[in-house]
Amino acid sequence: MSLERFISDAISPWMKREGPESDIVLSSRVRLARNIHQFVFPIAADKESAHEVIASISSCMNGENDAAEAENFEMLMMEKLKPIQKRVLVEKHLISPNLAEQAKYGAVLMNDDESVSIMLNEEDHIRIQCLAPGFQLEEVLHKANEIDDLIEKSVDYAFDEKRGYLTSCPTNVGTGLRASVMMHLPALVLTKKMSRIIPAINQLGLAVRGIYGEGTEAQGNIFQISNQMTLGKSEEDIMEDLAGVVTQVIQQERAARKQLQDGLKLQLEDKLFRSLGTLENCRIIQSKEAAKCLSDVRLGIDLEILPGISKTILNELMILTQPGFLQQYAGEVLTPEERDIRRATLIRERIKLENR
Amino acid sequence: MNCEECHEREASLHFTKIINGEKTEFHICEHCAKEKGEFMPGSNSFSIHQLLSGLLHGDGHVPNTPSSNFIPPSLSCEKCGMSYYQFAKIGRFGCENCYKAFDSKLNPIFKRVHGGNTLHAGKIPLRAGSSIQEKKQLQQLKQALQQYILNEEFEKAAETRDIIREIEHRLEQGRDS
Ligand SMILES: [Zn+2]
Ligand SMILES: [Zn+2]
Repeated sequence: MSLERFISDAISPWMKREGPESDIVLSSRVRLARNIHQFVFPIAADKESAHEVIASISSCMNGENDAAEAENFEMLMMEKLKPIQKRVLVEKHLISPNLAEQAKYGAVLMNDDESVSIMLNEEDHIRIQCLAPGFQLEEVLHKANEIDDLIEKSVDYAFDEKRGYLTSCPTNVGTGLRASVMMHLPALVLTKKMSRIIPAINQLGLAVRGIYGEGTEAQGNIFQISNQMTLGKSEEDIMEDLAGVVTQVIQQERAARKQLQDGLKLQLEDKLFRSLGTLENCRIIQSKEAAKCLSDVRLGIDLEILPGISKTILNELMILTQPGFLQQYAGEVLTPEERDIRRATLIRERIKLENR
Repeated sequence: MNCEECHEREASLHFTKIINGEKTEFHICEHCAKEKGEFMPGSNSFSIHQLLSGLLHGDGHVPNTPSSNFIPPSLSCEKCGMSYYQFAKIGRFGCENCYKAFDSKLNPIFKRVHGGNTLHAGKIPLRAGSSIQEKKQLQQLKQALQQYILNEEFEKAAETRDIIREIEHRLEQGRDS
């Protein structure tokens, strides 16, 4: 398969659109956790009841409903996928690692541009996930609500007046809503402000996590900010709180970028050009270094220090250089050392495409 | 030995906590354990699920006294068979009925996880929730009625009272069917 073709398969169509504030906010996501009345939760369900859940949701998404007709949803059963295929879905953020690895009778329904995925028999019977590029929390919530209402037309939800939507984990009860934004914050990290911002955000009841890395360490200066509370606040209030904080962080990141450009322009240019050089010339590269250099290059693009490279390259390469994709591209299982070599090759080839 | 929470009563529950291979003992009285819902030794370096299990049961620290001392072994969900002890260990409900079965123990847990909140304030499903919607509407109407009476707006009060009666009548019938 040619690299161009492979990239276009690897990148979800929704990612190719440019969203608001996309120099800093990479994507917005909403997830609604729902369960069906009178069915035990997946953790306690047998095969029969799990399959009934799948059957009832797939029929209402492919049934006579108007909205379902307008969109085509494809169903994938986890038990029929190879481990590498599941891994690729995880790396594209279309399913959770939990669905890929743990859920025995898991399935996912996906729309054509992969902006909506409905996970079935994950921790809850139904997890509606909607994704959009850039800062678009309202839009993704709206979309998720549409799907939610559509499913509710033919399914009774497990719901309680006092506790709201009843979920398997007590951390999701109430609205079942988890909203998050993925942000690229290189200047806040460089100017060492992130370590002060994270506790401040935590104090407001929001979680900040580094992504693509284990624990809280952010690889590639990408952070995910999400709500933690789901009980006692309306969906609108939850979204407003999150959006307010994200707006603040965007302003802080812009200010830090300006500070770097005003005060340390030469040092900054040196750093960013070196990272580009590393990516253009590396023969062996570990994921951590690749993420760091990709972050620098992306900052260089945003600040117009590195012209002629497309903006989506960071998003693309962050996904393409994950172990699942590297192995899919290679068509074989790779050791970590082999992956480092393949990663270097893939990055060089990808950057060469830009320079033609 | 005195309780480490209240420093007054005799500690009757003893937990062992292991951090980085280091063993730490915790001692608490039954009263404080009950009052806190469950006992969580202060620490915030856990993952969410460890944390949750900690909220429910002291982060997997095995109580030296049998757990039945403060959790009746009978406390379990008749629908899915999950016991409260199991729930506390894995941090997951087995079915919607678990919420009813463990209701008496949930408020302290929800309070900790959801910033002091225990009651839902968000979306209500359209279908399953129609009677809930009406009950909410009823509450609002009753408040409005009080206000109209206080303001001596009797015409509006009478209208509102009629609407209230209508909804109450509908809810009554719904209950019978
Ligand atoms: Zn005490
Ligand atoms: Zn149960």
